[in-house]
Amino acid sequence: MQTIVAYVENKPGVLNRVASLTRRLAINIDSLTVGPTENEEIARMTICAHTDENGARRLEASLEKLVDVLVAENISDRSMLERDLALIKVAADHLNRPHLMELVKAFRGRVVDVSPESVIVEVSDTTDKIDGLLEVLRPFGVLEMGRTGRIAMTKGNDVLRPPVSAPGGSKHPAPASK
Amino acid sequence: MKLTGAQILCETLEHLGVRHIFGYPGGAILPVYDALGKSKLHHILVRHEQGATHMADGYARATGGVGVAMATSGPGATNMVTGIATAMLDSSPVVCITGQVSSKLLGSDAFQEVDITGITMPITKHNVVVSKAEDIARTLREAFLIANSGRPGPVLVDITKDAQQAFAEFDWDTCLPQLPTKRLRDNHDQQEFDRAVDLLNTSKRPVILAGRGIMLSGAMRIFDQFVRTSNIPVAMTLLGIGCFPASDPMNLGMMGMHGEAWVNNAIQEADLLIAVGMRFDDRVTGDLRTYARNARKIHIEVDRAEINKNVKVDAAIIGDAGETLANLLPHVHERDHGAWLAHIKELKGDSAVRDIQSLPDSGHLYAAHVINDLWKVTNGGAIVVTDVGQHQMWEAQYYHHDQPRTLITSGGLGTMGFALPAAIGAKFARPDAEVWAVVGDGGFQMTMCELATIVQEKININIAIINNGFLGMVRQWQEFFYDKRYVATPLVAPDFAALANAFGIRGERVTTRQDVVPAIESARDSDQAVLLDFRVEQEDSVYPMVPAGASLHEMIRRPNNPLVETATEP
Repeated sequence: MQTIVAYVENKPGVLNRVASLTRRLAINIDSLTVGPTENEEIARMTICAHTDENGARRLEASLEKLVDVLVAENISDRSMLERDLALIKVAADHLNRPHLMELVKAFRGRVVDVSPESVIVEVSDTTDKIDGLLEVLRPFGVLEMGRTGRIAMTKGNDVLRPPVSAPGGSKHPAPASK
Repeated sequence: MKLTGAQILCETLEHLGVRHIFGYPGGAILPVYDALGKSKLHHILVRHEQGATHMADGYARATGGVGVAMATSGPGATNMVTGIATAMLDSSPVVCITGQVSSKLLGSDAFQEVDITGITMPITKHNVVVSKAEDIARTLREAFLIANSGRPGPVLVDITKDAQQAFAEFDWDTCLPQLPTKRLRDNHDQQEFDRAVDLLNTSKRPVILAGRGIMLSGAMRIFDQFVRTSNIPVAMTLLGIGCFPASDPMNLGMMGMHGEAWVNNAIQEADLLIAVGMRFDDRVTGDLRTYARNARKIHIEVDRAEINKNVKVDAAIIGDAGETLANLLPHVHERDHGAWLAHIKELKGDSAVRDIQSLPDSGHLYAAHVINDLWKVTNGGAIVVTDVGQHQMWEAQYYHHDQPRTLITSGGLGTMGFALPAAIGAKFARPDAEVWAVVGDGGFQMTMCELATIVQEKININIAIINNGFLGMVRQWQEFFYDKRYVATPLVAPDFAALANAFGIRGERVTTRQDVVPAIESARDSDQAVLLDFRVEQEDSVYPMVPAGASLHEMIRRPNNPLVETATEP
């Protein structure tokens, strides 16, 4: 699994271009998350792809060739944090609910909704941890689940930011003189 | 100054230096055509929108500038798809302008509405829909910038009809391109650079692989200096032909599937390959597992995504070919490589004997002879635009190009039907040049409607049809790999000379060797377009051939006593 972070123009069609590119390169996406940044004109993507290091290098380089992609960087080998958010609706009644809540607590999740025959568990963690929680919840009966897919960020001074736009101009390379 | 979007479009194109537009009108682009009538732009009416894109592509390849094609929405736009993909695969700077239904109708399945930006997303460098008159000038400037910067490619601009009709302020000085601010990557990697220098100065059996990137970078002169200094022999890709003179003793010729045996053998025996502006296409490498196994590889390439894509390299220098060679040159030692060059000369030995040019005249007309005669009569000075197939490979083998941008051919996509329209485009780009379309009887029938464009525009290009009554390259594969089961390759054609006459073009059929040169000379002497229909040997094959997927050294060589003597009409 390879993790690529990209900053893209926040406008219609860009997600399509990114998705179209991965399809063309025959790279299967495990998860792709996209959301706005502090600059509303720029969105941030985390792409988790089933490919090897060389495939990720190609994807990264090909992404940066898209006009609307400002930065694309493979951070798989860097020290980074990744988070996935899940909402899991589990069958639980007053008899087994306490046991379930104990398990959820052990996984640092929380119960965000309780009804007579089910609860909704919210957990934000690495994909592995969420998979682990899911494993122990399964015997109760998982009724419904939604996951956001991963977002990732490099740690510490390793800051990945979009380039600051120069006022009134673009930094696109001028055509080579012929 | 308030202008309509259509007028702004024409004004902008004029400011961008455009003089020719290849196109076909229709409902959704009509406002632009109305404005074109009052502009200085020369519009060439094509007979099919595929032709318009190939013409714009041929125009771009002949000059290095941007070619412009125009079409209406729906079928006009979809007819461009093949031409756009052709330009994409060969990194050709083409801007396609399409009309689109009015913005209020978008997504309603209106008459002649098609999502052309969606359709062309994977085959354009970039594409965009414009639905406001005030965005037209800026977007076109951006399109030209994108098409011809970095690694060039086609850009499609889809303009809604209401944007063409609406009024907006036009001021060239303020409608500047506003492309997203991208990260400027520092591609310089001193370690890779040093490793490349070290490999260059220590190798004993090096070969340079020269590609179209040298031409696109305008790096012919510095490349020449690089070859002189390093004394390394040069093998060409099909699209690289012309970037280094064929007559130069250091030029080995074309590599790959139909490369000469000594070129491919030299690559397989090399201890170092220096790839410049080429992308290790499968037609060049053959089986990757056995490709140049003894060689270290240096890759000089402007497109980072090409590095290690097909062939893992030992040193990659990402950047413009000309700039990179200029940076390398001071570090490259002058070398002799005498033993290596002598060895390659030995490799040539038996190939020269096998060459079809060395065989006695058997009374048959061979395509290789026709093309070689064309080279001799034109003193190698013509722009030759080929189609795709056997004749294309014979052109690459037997027309020896000394000048860049004189062989125009569809390499990456291998688009049949390319030659005739691309030759028309090349003629508009280089009106003083002698332009020949060399085309098979199959490919010619795909776009021969453009003969009418030649007549309407009164241009003087010559057409050499290499007519063997077969889809020749496919037939050759059937002969070699399908036990001669010629399914769907025998091909009935009209009398091309009579057809040309019907269009108002002089046509002539040539069936014997002694008539070849006089026919070519008379076509050259004419101040109008001439079509020559060369009836060549039907079942001749292109040699050598590396079968698809085989190792580069596993070539099918021309048989010693080879020529298939068949002349039956299909």
